[in-house]
Amino acid sequence: MQTKDINENIAWAKINKDVLRSMENPRASYWVAIAACIAMVSCAVLAEIYQYQVGMGPSNLNWPHMWDLYIATFVFWIGMSHSGTLLSAILHIIQADWRKPIYRFAEAMTTFSLMTAGLFPIIHLGRVWNMYWVLPYVSDRGIWPNFRSPLVWDAFAITTYLTSSALFLFIGMIPDLAICRDNARGWRQKLYTVLSLGWQGDDRQWRNFRKIYLLMACFLIPLAVSVHSIVSADFAMSIMPGWHVTTFPPYFVAGALYSGCAAIITLFIILRYFFRFDEYMTIPILEKTCKLTFAIAMVWTYLNIIEFLSTWYGHDVVAKELLLSKFDGPYAPFFWMMLFCGSVMPFALAFEKLRRHLPTMFVVSLFLNLGMWLERWMIVTPTLSLSYHPFAWDVMWPSMVQWAIVFGSFGWFGLLFLIFVKVFPSVSMYEVKEMVYHRRHFHADDIAIEYHRRSNDPKPGSEPRTEGA
Amino acid sequence: MKRYYVMGLFSNFEEAFATIADIRMHEVPGVSVDDVTLKSPIEHPEIEEILGDRGSPVPKCGLFGAIFGATFGFLFLSAAQATFLVQPQGGKAVITLPANIVLSYEMLILFGVLSTVAGFVISARLMTKRHPLYSEKVSLDQIGVMLELDEKNVNPVKDLFKKHKVLEIREEVSK
Repeated sequence: MQTKDINENIAWAKINKDVLRSMENPRASYWVAIAACIAMVSCAVLAEIYQYQVGMGPSNLNWPHMWDLYIATFVFWIGMSHSGTLLSAILHIIQADWRKPIYRFAEAMTTFSLMTAGLFPIIHLGRVWNMYWVLPYVSDRGIWPNFRSPLVWDAFAITTYLTSSALFLFIGMIPDLAICRDNARGWRQKLYTVLSLGWQGDDRQWRNFRKIYLLMACFLIPLAVSVHSIVSADFAMSIMPGWHVTTFPPYFVAGALYSGCAAIITLFIILRYFFRFDEYMTIPILEKTCKLTFAIAMVWTYLNIIEFLSTWYGHDVVAKELLLSKFDGPYAPFFWMMLFCGSVMPFALAFEKLRRHLPTMFVVSLFLNLGMWLERWMIVTPTLSLSYHPFAWDVMWPSMVQWAIVFGSFGWFGLLFLIFVKVFPSVSMYEVKEMVYHRRHFHADDIAIEYHRRSNDPKPGSEPRTEGA
Repeated sequence: MKRYYVMGLFSNFEEAFATIADIRMHEVPGVSVDDVTLKSPIEHPEIEEILGDRGSPVPKCGLFGAIFGATFGFLFLSAAQATFLVQPQGGKAVITLPANIVLSYEMLILFGVLSTVAGFVISARLMTKRHPLYSEKVSLDQIGVMLELDEKNVNPVKDLFKKHKVLEIREEVSK
């Protein structure tokens, strides 16, 4: 049974070779996946063109259901973006080095999730051509956006998060882009030469690199928390039953980390299988990710219970009625499915045998993601169905236009991710080298000293070492 | 006056560090550790003990950007809101502190990040022409020790490299 996060005897040259190999010669399955993603995006584009031509009627979005799948899916994708921040920034600060082989694709997920999420408010507007009205610019009319509205805060927060996370991804890739530059030919060499910014790996560059990486991690953590708190403020700042809840910001942040972790497990297994990254994306690293996901799932479950109990024992009759309708109303199957996927299914992550079984973990991670998507839908729609005005009570089901656009968003995310893994290294080569070096020279020595029992054993560190051999 | 650049490629950090330690001990007269540039595929965790603390201005850039972002953000929003004076506010505050704090916080982070990145690009001397002595082996698995020297020190430095089992020596002359 594999117990080490990584084999510390991997040669550095092999790390380069394995990762660079993953960027070459796409197999037929890759093109099939690309075609599937393009087909999904095409569905969404056709639906959006239809909606653009005839107005918001075909989406079924009408008062009181002004928000539905678009906003629920927007929140889902924003949540997904927290994966990179968690794995990269938080685990970097606490020096959990097992993150090193898997943080790169998590950071890419962050950027692509935000690029997907950002589309939904624009699509939801209906009048797409007026989207720039949310930007604070000086106009002849002297009209500014309403800075008191959390929707404007969203625009600020998401723009900041997208810019910062894209820069974080790019800066972290510079040493690897230099490796790609040194090994590529043709258009790839030109691309990597420009993107690597002349990186030479000298001590000045590494010294500044270490500082910027730590600083950006420090900036990104409060930013990620603020972004999802602001997204929760879109709901909590209103007086709608079920939304005007004090625990919404931590509930949203926990849900975001949860869905991000679940998506990391899914993509971890896919990349490990298709790119044969068995030596880097190891079972012990998957186990650690699963344990982290389980812990976050329990926090999310706790916050759910808190929300239910505070409504149950509170004096808000309408909110209590809404809670009861979630349990046995028209949306009850989805609500119970959400609880099953979000609170019961994670217990599979608590068993070592299941955690080490990749097909099981793949299926479980998909269920966790489903649960997280349902969570967002169950926040948005039931409240609008059963609000303060009895004459507005109804049950609303999303139209095919909405489903098609939501479906297409997964294709859009998949397409961006598939292009990324073939153009850029999805495993950080220099960080894996650091991990291997550190474990070989420091961690191994510590263990050797600790277990050094017999006096005639060779002393730790007495054997000659080479970095590249 | 001609300046000579000499780079030795080593198979591991130990040999490279031993070479730098000898330079620090003035094994080659007229050459100091300040003339040394270390090139490596990773950053060695103990590099500062070998080369000394050479400092980095990146944190200061981050701090400057963050302070500028928060100040600019608040002033920009307040200035924009002040134009609302011509519009009826219904008794609400013209400059709304809670909303402005949220948005200033975002601006603090945005400008902090942008300024940090700019500071990094400048202080790491990125986007400049690569040094002719750059070796692709440095991005693979070898450690380079590069020195800027007078002509008279070139051969003693090469001898020092050879003493520490250098794999390859490269040389470049600049006018």
